Amino acid sequence: MKLKTALLGAAASCALAPMAFAEAHEGERGRDGNVSIIYWQAPSIMNPFLSGGTKDVEAASLVLEPLARYDETGNLTPWLVEEVPTVENGGVSEDLTTITWKITPGILWSDGTPFTSADVKFTYEYCTHPEGGCAQLTKFNGVSSVETPDEHTVVVTFEQPTPFPYGPFVGGESPILQAAQFADCMGAKAPECTDANFNPVGTGGFKVVEFKPNDVITFEANDNYREEGKPAFASITFKGGGDATAAGRAVMETGEFDYAWNLQLAPDVISEMEAAGKGKAVAGFGPLLERIMLNNTNPDPALGPDERSVVRPHPYLSDPAVYKAMSMAIDRPLLVEVGYGQAGKVSCNWVPAPPAVVSTTFDCSTQDIEGAKAMLEEAGWVDSNGDGVREKDGVELKMLYQTSTNAVRQDFQALIKDWWEQIGFEVELRNVDSSVFFGGDPGSPDTFQKFYADVEMYANTFNGTDPQSYLGNGTCDKAPSPATQWQGENISRFCSEEYDELYAKLAVTADAAERAEIAKQLNDIIVSNGGMIPLVHRGRLSAHANSLGGVKLNVWDSEIWNVADWYRIKTN
Amino acid sequence: MTEQTPDVIGESQPRGKERSQWADVWRQFRSHKGAMMGAFVLLFITFGVTFGPYIWDIDPTKLDIRNKDWRPIYMPLFSCSWTDWCIPPESLERMKYGWAHPLGTDNLGRDVLATLIHGGRVSIAVGWVAMALAMIIGTAIGVASGYVKKLDGLLMRFTDLVLALPLLPLLLVIMLLFRDTLRASFGPELGIFILIVCVIGATSWMQTARIVRADILALKEREFILAARSIGTPPLKMVTRHLLPNVLSPIMVSATLGLATAIITESAISFLGLGFPSDFPTWGKLLFDATDRIQNFPERAIWPGLMISLVVLAVNYIGDGLRDALDPRIRGR
Repeated sequence: MKLKTALLGAAASCALAPMAFAEAHEGERGRDGNVSIIYWQAPSIMNPFLSGGTKDVEAASLVLEPLARYDETGNLTPWLVEEVPTVENGGVSEDLTTITWKITPGILWSDGTPFTSADVKFTYEYCTHPEGGCAQLTKFNGVSSVETPDEHTVVVTFEQPTPFPYGPFVGGESPILQAAQFADCMGAKAPECTDANFNPVGTGGFKVVEFKPNDVITFEANDNYREEGKPAFASITFKGGGDATAAGRAVMETGEFDYAWNLQLAPDVISEMEAAGKGKAVAGFGPLLERIMLNNTNPDPALGPDERSVVRPHPYLSDPAVYKAMSMAIDRPLLVEVGYGQAGKVSCNWVPAPPAVVSTTFDCSTQDIEGAKAMLEEAGWVDSNGDGVREKDGVELKMLYQTSTNAVRQDFQALIKDWWEQIGFEVELRNVDSSVFFGGDPGSPDTFQKFYADVEMYANTFNGTDPQSYLGNGTCDKAPSPATQWQGENISRFCSEEYDELYAKLAVTADAAERAEIAKQLNDIIVSNGGMIPLVHRGRLSAHANSLGGVKLNVWDSEIWNVADWYRIKTN
Repeated sequence: MTEQTPDVIGESQPRGKERSQWADVWRQFRSHKGAMMGAFVLLFITFGVTFGPYIWDIDPTKLDIRNKDWRPIYMPLFSCSWTDWCIPPESLERMKYGWAHPLGTDNLGRDVLATLIHGGRVSIAVGWVAMALAMIIGTAIGVASGYVKKLDGLLMRFTDLVLALPLLPLLLVIMLLFRDTLRASFGPELGIFILIVCVIGATSWMQTARIVRADILALKEREFILAARSIGTPPLKMVTRHLLPNVLSPIMVSATLGLATAIITESAISFLGLGFPSDFPTWGKLLFDATDRIQNFPERAIWPGLMISLVVLAVNYIGDGLRDALDPRIRGR
């Protein structure tokens, strides 16, 4: 009995140990020394308005901050403001044309001067200057003016009702610049201000000490940071360059670095690196979805260039039994295991994230070959001529399945072909070089927009957390055709009146819960009516050292958004 | 004239009994050890890929995900416990291997031996046919421009033009133009085969054409050609009876090199996604697929790589031996 008590006590203290560590990371600013971060793409500038590259935006996010940003679950979080404006709290006007931000008083720039609404207004003018080439201009789309009634209030007015007004000044791609520093860098002069672009003054937890373009950036803690005792690290060494494999090794195998960004590596390679025991991989899931698009038009090569993949319907993919059977025959957990490991999850939905808008209607995680066969039999698809391929009314279930050239995608093709042939299809595979496939050249027959195949597989995603524009890709008028130079995002040429009506309703709805509900319904319509077969919800994989605490991988914003909260886990 | 013509040497040699020219060639070829070895390897591989599928009848495209990542049967040979250089016994225990898949399986459970055999069929067939095509085109253009003076400038400038064409964009265009037509009339696999063979053949004849032309130009000035012309040999007969046999050795040599190039080009095309469908194994594709996991499963890259190297090496040695055997100046020494 005594032994048991002792063991229980030991177990309890073990369970409490992590909590003890969690408590221990409070303390004075800069207590934990240096942290090293490696990005295998090297930042070349610290001003996100002059570069669309993720690497530059994320490096800048250590210094520059937006008014509000997304947390790791995709929720909008106030950052430099007191609260996120909504219609309920009066921050967004009833007619959805203005949004009013209240800046938290007392925030200082790293040079000690106060942060005011004038800086916010300046940032708007900086980016929308007619002579400047602002990389984040889309964030300010539809903004007619930015007003500053007092030094802590910013009013953004839109040209038309905007149900989702969180574009400007939200997220790592739209941070606030200091008016005093960039005043002489407007318009065409913006790229010439090297000193300001390399060493911007910010409100973040760190400030730039030395910036070597495409190499190393050294940061030190910002003494004027608004939170007491943060950041825990006194300095950051931010190394750029190399490749994903080397970066993964540097964190997980050799321990030279504490954090490595975006490791696009096969699951077995990652797990081998993790086995070295110096660090671990963390996955974050945005809305990136690997899916099979079903062609709703006829891709028969015998049709002319104006009709191929334009005229409806597809010879057999318009039959619900066919596409439902195809979906049932797929073993999604196996695909995840083979292709993505911990950076993938089974998905049955077109919109796999953020959690608030994910539909729970479907379950597709179990493969059902027999059920798929029975479904085809019932719908009249039988192999009557004994060639191993089902047919009905003279239409054979023969398909061309195309995708881009990529080792994981070819493995997926082989597996899915095998399953589909088991249920009575004949599948021909084709893989096209990625630069051609995604190139969008209207002269090439091999682009994913032309879709000269029966089914095709690729991944797509959307920025931010609001799926409205992404869901807009399912409306009839977005179907690519010769008339639109094969541009248009409705790749499967899905077309349903019900969908279009519901989408129109989404565009004028402001209430978040109601928007989420409509988004779910739109997702369900397109998935259950033969628009696509969702396969794998793909995540982003990064790695951090075991001794680095506080990392919350964020796919909705800058990945290192909460670097001020990072700390060193003391192992003794 | 100080130079003795080879024919005189040949005639002056003592002979036991009358032999045909080809018997001489064969005797000379046999004495070249490398060439004999090469011929043996090439024959062995060709027979292996031709009749292999009847002996080892596993379907190379069959997936068996439960039996993925098997190692080759010979792995225990590399196991020992007394040095760091070999596989420790405990990791050998974790490996899956057995006679069901002597060379192991890939990451989707396809049998490596079966894919190797089927891949070899395609690679070798592409190599031979494309090489034959290139030789025919190259020789025809070379002979025509060397023999017919009027055509010379035109044909050689055309050769320069084709040489200057960048291969990859050309391939892309050809694929786009003809893929669907050929696919419709011959099916995806035969259609692509015809296309690839034609593309490789049509883009690799230029060296041969230049070599043949140069040789023909030199031959034309020789006395025996003058003699042949003086007895009224018609032009076609001149080419087939007197010129072609004398340029046979450079053609043979460039043919062997062409075979090797064709195999390698096919690998490159398949890798770019322009060639055969991705589940249709060829050596080049197997090799490229294996590079991702070369650290953990080196055998998947080693075997197709070894096959390509062996065939190319064998063919080069055969070419070397043939050149010696076909050259009367060397023959008999």
